[in-house]
Amino acid sequence: MSRVTPASIPDTQVMDRRNLDWYVDKAVQVLVFVGGVSAILFIIGIFVFITKEGFGFLTTTFDAQEFFTSPRWRPTSEHNPTYGALALIVGTASVTGLAMLVAVPFSLGAAIYIGEFATGKTREALKVLVELLAAIPSVVWGFIGLSMMNPLIIKLFNVPVGLNVLNAGVILGLMAAPIMTTIAEDSLKAVPDGYREAAEALGATRWQVIFKVVLPAAKNGLVAAVLLGVGRGFGETMAVLMASGHSINLPTSIFDSVRALTATIAAELGETAVGSDHYRALFTLGIFLFLITFLINLTADLVVRGIRKK
Amino acid sequence: MVEADRSSAAETDEVVSTAPVKVDVRNLTISYSGKTALRDVTLDIRQNEIFGIIGPANSGKTSFLRALNRMDLFIPGMKVDGSIVLDGREVRKWRNVYALRRRIGVVFPLPVGLPMSVYDNVALAPRLAGIKKRARLDPIVERCLQRAALWDEVKDRLDSLGSLLSGGQQQRLTIARALSQEPDLLLLDEFSIAVDPVTTMRIEEVLKELKQELTIVLVTNLVQQARRLADRTAFFLTGELVEVAATSALFSGEVNDERTRAYVEGRFG
Repeated sequence: MSRVTPASIPDTQVMDRRNLDWYVDKAVQVLVFVGGVSAILFIIGIFVFITKEGFGFLTTTFDAQEFFTSPRWRPTSEHNPTYGALALIVGTASVTGLAMLVAVPFSLGAAIYIGEFATGKTREALKVLVELLAAIPSVVWGFIGLSMMNPLIIKLFNVPVGLNVLNAGVILGLMAAPIMTTIAEDSLKAVPDGYREAAEALGATRWQVIFKVVLPAAKNGLVAAVLLGVGRGFGETMAVLMASGHSINLPTSIFDSVRALTATIAAELGETAVGSDHYRALFTLGIFLFLITFLINLTADLVVRGIRKK
Repeated sequence: MVEADRSSAAETDEVVSTAPVKVDVRNLTISYSGKTALRDVTLDIRQNEIFGIIGPANSGKTSFLRALNRMDLFIPGMKVDGSIVLDGREVRKWRNVYALRRRIGVVFPLPVGLPMSVYDNVALAPRLAGIKKRARLDPIVERCLQRAALWDEVKDRLDSLGSLLSGGQQQRLTIARALSQEPDLLLLDEFSIAVDPVTTMRIEEVLKELKQELTIVLVTNLVQQARRLADRTAFFLTGELVEVAATSALFSGEVNDERTRAYVEGRFG
């Protein structure tokens, strides 16, 4: 009897060994965890770094009222330096706003055409082309703004300077449009074909299918695309620096030159003494930019969640 | 016993044959990028009947339905030859294909609750047709949901998302939506694939009632469903119409083709 038993009962002791697969699985789990956590750590690290550099300024010279309401950004004044960021904030906001006015119709139109109308080779060619456009370096866009748009605006509108909100806004809009198109097109593509078929079977015309069914179904992705464009607008530096005129100004029309938050940091940081008030003030601008981008992303997230819940 | 069956079959046949022709299909051939899906089909569908189409996968059943409401327009490579005459008018001669589609309701194999409220799902077609006032939409929505045997289950949550209903409810929602445009031809493509048996039976009851008001084409891969519902049944096999006959005849062995007998008896497919 006792000799038969071991043969009929499988030896689980042997089966239960940790083999190579088990160790690989554990190792991959750890790697993925480290990767995920490090992304968060880096962001926190960046925030801590910027805050630390700007902190001395925030606690001493910083005057919230001046920062947000005064357009006088004169950090290099020898006797009475002032740190009013209003003109820079308005500059960034006006350029971004105009850029979105340009980019949203272009990118949504392109996404709808590529996603809903174009077929076969046309569609593939357009997708490659749009992705190629997204890869153009920003300094090239700035170059176009400086050397092509500038004389064009002067000639067309008969204004003395062509480096202004209009120039930077159009350039930034064209820059943001390709990536917005790609994201918007992806979200249109994610709408199940069954929705389109169902609407078509109800006698909906192609426009009705798109406006009543496809766009509402894809609105999460479309909102994400637009907010990504806004984020790009706030963060873009080189093209805005080159095309906006880079002069501190509260614009009253789109033909006024402005200066952007990002461009200010890029242009001035290299010329300041590390640890000086000016240096720290620039980091304060950095904190402000960081907070705006964070808020935009948070809003995007909440909007998307809100839509999902409903 | 056999005698009784035969006579009742003959009776149904007679009743059916007196009804006027709703859809007259002649030499219908459908191909996708040169690959033939349906070959030279000729049959007619009569007013107020449930016309069953049975056959295994890839026999051309769905292609047949697509051709009826001109879905071929949006499917690249789909080519339709022959003639389909609906109420005396060739469907491919309609200049406004959207107006044609509004007369034809379609229910797809998988339930498609559009990502909008239950109410909006059913009100979509009337709204597309220009009815905007809530006072006019309300009775339409209620009537359609009632006809689809869904009203009692959703009347308290018309504002919740249609895509959140259960599979069986969504399929009845799809039927309600198809009815909302007051079609006189209803096409059902294997509607019970994703629906539980109890709901399937409920929908079948609904279809039997709807038959009084409109003509139904029922594509199904459940032979017994065709037996239960259809007045006449066509058997498609690999793109060919093997035969079309009164359902009772088909299921009592009065067939012209041995393949039909084999399929109906469940020996293949």
